[in-house]
Parts: sequence; C-alpha cells; structure tokens
Amino acid sequence: MTDYNFAYLDEQTKRMIRRAILKGLAIPGYQVPFASREMPMPYGWGTGGVQVSAACLTPDDTFKVIDQGADDTTNAVSIRKFFEKTAGVATTEETARASLIQTRHRIPEEALSQDQILVYQVPIPEPLRFLEPSELETRKMHSLEEYGLMHVKLYEDISQHGAIATAYAYPVKVEGRYVMDPSPIPKFDNPKLGMAAIQLFGAGREQRIYALPPYTQVVSLDFEDHPFEPSKADYDCDLCGASDSYLDEVIVDDAGGRMFVCSDTDYCRSRRAAGHVGAQGAPYEEGAA
Amino acid sequence: MYVAVKGGERAIDNAHAWLAEERRGDTSVAELGVAQIREQLSLAVNRVMAEGSLYDPDLAALAIKQARGDLIEAIFLIRAYRTTLPRFGASHPVETSAMRCDRRISATFKDAPGGQVLGPTFDYTHRLLDFKLAAEGEVADAPEAPPQPGPTPHIMGYLNREGLIEDEAPSDATPPDLTREPMELPADRALRLQALTRGDEGFILSLAYSTQRGYARNHAFVGELRIGAVSVEMDIPELGFAIELGEITLTECETINQFKGSKTEPPQFTRGYGLVFGQTERKAIAMALVDRALRWKELGEEDQGAPAQDEEFVLMHADNIQATGFLEHIKLPHYVDFQSELELVRKLRCEAEGSTRWEAAE
Repeated sequence: MTDYNFAYLDEQTKRMIRRAILKGLAIPGYQVPFASREMPMPYGWGTGGVQVSAACLTPDDTFKVIDQGADDTTNAVSIRKFFEKTAGVATTEETARASLIQTRHRIPEEALSQDQILVYQVPIPEPLRFLEPSELETRKMHSLEEYGLMHVKLYEDISQHGAIATAYAYPVKVEGRYVMDPSPIPKFDNPKLGMAAIQLFGAGREQRIYALPPYTQVVSLDFEDHPFEPSKADYDCDLCGASDSYLDEVIVDDAGGRMFVCSDTDYCRSRRAAGHVGAQGAPYEEGAA
Repeated sequence: MYVAVKGGERAIDNAHAWLAEERRGDTSVAELGVAQIREQLSLAVNRVMAEGSLYDPDLAALAIKQARGDLIEAIFLIRAYRTTLPRFGASHPVETSAMRCDRRISATFKDAPGGQVLGPTFDYTHRLLDFKLAAEGEVADAPEAPPQPGPTPHIMGYLNREGLIEDEAPSDATPPDLTREPMELPADRALRLQALTRGDEGFILSLAYSTQRGYARNHAFVGELRIGAVSVEMDIPELGFAIELGEITLTECETINQFKGSKTEPPQFTRGYGLVFGQTERKAIAMALVDRALRWKELGEEDQGAPAQDEEFVLMHADNIQATGFLEHIKLPHYVDFQSELELVRKLRCEAEGSTRWEAAE
C-alpha cells in the first residue's frame, strides 16, 4: 500500500503521539491529553491503541495483536491485517517473538521482557469517571491527589457485598501517586502490571495516553482487612491443563454444559505443543485447532 | 471434544463480500451513480460534508453510496479520509456579508435592504407524497429573476447601529482546532462553535428544542437566515497575495435573544450564531440556539442546570462518530471482563448462601 505513510499515520502526527508517550512515561499513571485522529476503524475498536502502535512501530518490529487474550478474535485479526497492510511489518502469534503487542482486555500469561512493548486499548481512561462524570472535576481530583471518593466506593462495596465488587478495570495506584485505570483487564492480571516491558495505554475517543515504565510500582487499591485478591475460575484449562492461566468459560451443548479454556490462545497452544493435555483435550497436532 | 473457534479472518472476508453484494442490491435495477447522489440527494450530501468537516460534494456522495445511505457511516468515511489530508495552510475568514444568497429570510423585519428571498425551501410545501415522482418525470423550469446587484448586508448590522445588540469584539487570534489539539475545557466560543457545526444534527436539534421548551429558555428570534455561495481565499506565500480557491455554499443563522441587562449595562439583545456547510438550515438554527444557551456564564445568566447549558455535556457528546463508535463497540467480544464479573457474582452469591465453592450444573 503506497497511498499512505508507513503505519498509516503521517510523521507529524506520530511525532505528536510520541511526545505524549514520552510525557506519559515521565509521569507514570498520568493521563496525557493528545490530539487523537479519526482512524479508519471506529472509536471503541481500539483507535487509541492503534495510534500508539502506529507511533511506536518500526519496519524491524514483529507485531502481535490479541483481543480477550486471543490472536484469532475478529477485531484482533482486523487490527493485525491493518498493520500488515499499512506497515508491512512481520506479525506473529507467539508472545515471546513479538517486539510490540497490542492488547485488549488481557495481559499475556507469559512474562514479557525489557525488549517488548505492550500497548493497551482503553475505552474510558479515567478511573474516577463513574464516580464523577465531569472531566474538569476528575482532573482537579488527580492534581490534588484527592482519591477519597474511590476509597469510599470500595468501602461501600464491602459494606454492601462483603467484598470489593470490581472484577475488571480494577483501579491501581502508580508509584504512590496517580490512581490509574489499567483498562478492562480482569483483576487476575493486575499483579503483572509491574512488569519488565514498557506498557502504553491509548484511549482514542477520550484523547488520552498514559504509560507505565518498566518495573513501575503498581498497587491494586485495597484495605488492610480486605486485601486485594486476583481471581480466576477455580478450574484447570480443559485443553492444556494449565492451573495458572486466566480461563474463558465456553458453553458447549444445549444442556448448558461448559468447559474452561485458556483465554491466552498462544499460551494454551504452546503448552499443548509441549505435551500438556487437559481433561477434554486431545494430543497436540501441528496446524490443528 | 471441543475445538477452539478459529477462522476469524475468513469470516471477516466473507462478511465484507456479502456486504458489498447487499450494497449493490438487486442487479436488475440500475446502479446508482455518484453524480446522481450528488445532484439528487444533495441535502444528504450537505449533511455528510458538514458533520464530516470536509467540503467535497463528490466525495460525500461517494461515501453515501459506499455507506448504503447510512449518513453517520458516510460521515465516518469522510472523517477518516479527511484526517489523512495534509494541511497547506488556512484560508482567510469567509465573508458571509458578501454571500451570493439563494435564500435569505428574516423573522424579525418584514423587509430590509436585500429583501426576503425564499429560495429553494420546503417551508411552504404541503407534505403530500408526490406520486408523480415515482415515475420519472421532467421538471418544469423555475422562473428566474435577475440577481441582486451588490452584496446583501447583514440584518443584524442595522440593530447594531442603535447599540441594541451586543457587539462581538473582533479578534485576530487563531481559533483553536479540535481536530488538531485535544479538546480542553473550558472551551472558548470559537471552539464551541467548531464542535457544534460538526456535531450530530439530531443531537444539536434536540438540545436546541429543549431550550425552547424551558430547559435554559432564552427565546430566540431568527434575525437572519441566509444560504448561498461565498468565496474562499487564501494567502499564497510564494505569490505574496491572496487568491480565490473556489466557492463553498454555507448556511448562516443569526438569532436575536433577550437579555435583561445588568447594573452596569443597559438592556440589550444578545446573539446566537450558527454556520454550517451546505444547505443545512435545521442544523444552523439549532446550532445558534445551543450556542446562545452555552453563553450563559459570560452573559451573567443563571445556571439552571439544563443540559444545553452544560458545556462539557454538550461538547463531549455532540460528535456522532465518537458516540456511535463507543455505543456500537459493546457488540465486540467482552468474554474476559464478563467472565470476571460472572465469577464475582457467583462468589458473592456463594458467600451469601453460605456454601464455599460454586459447582457447575452438570
């Protein structure tokens, strides 16, 4: 495709985005406003992540896209094809081989390295949004480090339900300063946020970019007597037998029978390739499933 | 045995092929030409240009064809194209007082220099289906009059001479551009007007309507509504002077609104302003009303808590491309976040019922 610049965006726009990324890395957890562009996919489909990826990609990169942990969900396929077409970069489904991974709603199971960048698609970057609808107000609350409202909300959860009733997009505090929305990842993934890779968060419609440099201190909000608990379905993967991965529940028959499978398809595939077989899995064959 | 679902790529390709087939419809019916859309569905073209923020009737017509007549989808196509275009520079402000008016009416004066010109309006048509149009038919030529010589002055100018209407302080400041800078609030009036002119017609219409029904009521008279062509001029640095790039059609609406006056200022009328690409007068009138409602603070009016007064509410929700994207994205996969909710609800229910672990009903 020659009608568009490498990775679709023009260089001036990429420069503007890179400046926002650098600012975000310099102030971990702070939401940097940026002049988000209309992209050729709708807002809500990952335009923030796509713009961040476009600004980071170089011709030597190997790119991986996951949605819900899987490489083969329709929108992951669509975004991967977009960059294959506009940037001509190599793509992969193998987590370890990718230099840049764009994700929606999951962090890969396999630990990422310092040589990798993880780009998140973010729908609502403001962790305080559903407590305070006004952006003017929430920006003020961040600048004054006024997070009492969030703690009151968590406390109210406990008094009403006996537990903090947030299962995904679980708020975190970054380096003791900014409260941040880690995007709608399950809280199971929160402990991985202090990882070795650079993490960049792009919210296109809301025009915000934020970032976590490698090894940033990221603490999930909790109370001493109600500590944060990452959780997953209390089963093993039925295909690969993994007991440590986040599971999708799949309804398999009309009687409502179900099975649990890894949401991270590459993790599941590599385990099966290594000979692991779950309760309902068949021995791994190259190219099958 | 369960095999994980694969084949997203083939499904997408097939869906696109089917979509193309549906767009074309019955092939025994002649295909719609882009020129036909441009000429015969021109008000749809105008809306796509206005909300797409790109003045190009041919591309707007193409977008409407490609979008199967879904105007928001067409606007999206135009926006996504527009964002890739390089910026050569900025034009001079267009001179609407020099407009070649096809339509020019005032609701406040029975007559004024330049006269009332109805132009091609639906206003006094009887909304009876014209079954003759179902068959192709020739249209009789409309009577013509010689064009008005000279420019048509703005009616508001006459009120201004008496000081009856507020003066808008002239400014040479470069207006902000929300397509190049993130929108930061509070916004100035220029930024609000930019957001309104490309905002969703239905949303702006309903907000304007709400002000008429009492949510931040400020009765508006249409001082003047004009539709016509203006020339666009731009300075070319290499030439050292401005040249005319071409003409665009605009709809401009100026409203006259009440103002009680204050201790320091005598009573005076105030203004609402609407300016939109193409013949788009519903949008321009609505824009003027919402503009006026948003000015409550600078005019020292009371905050009634009405939606149309809430700048953040209006500006953050006026863009239909943002709105439709976020609305429709909820049909994308959310297996992971739903699963986490599912587990949480099960856990909370177990705790409430005193059991320790949820067991699958098998």
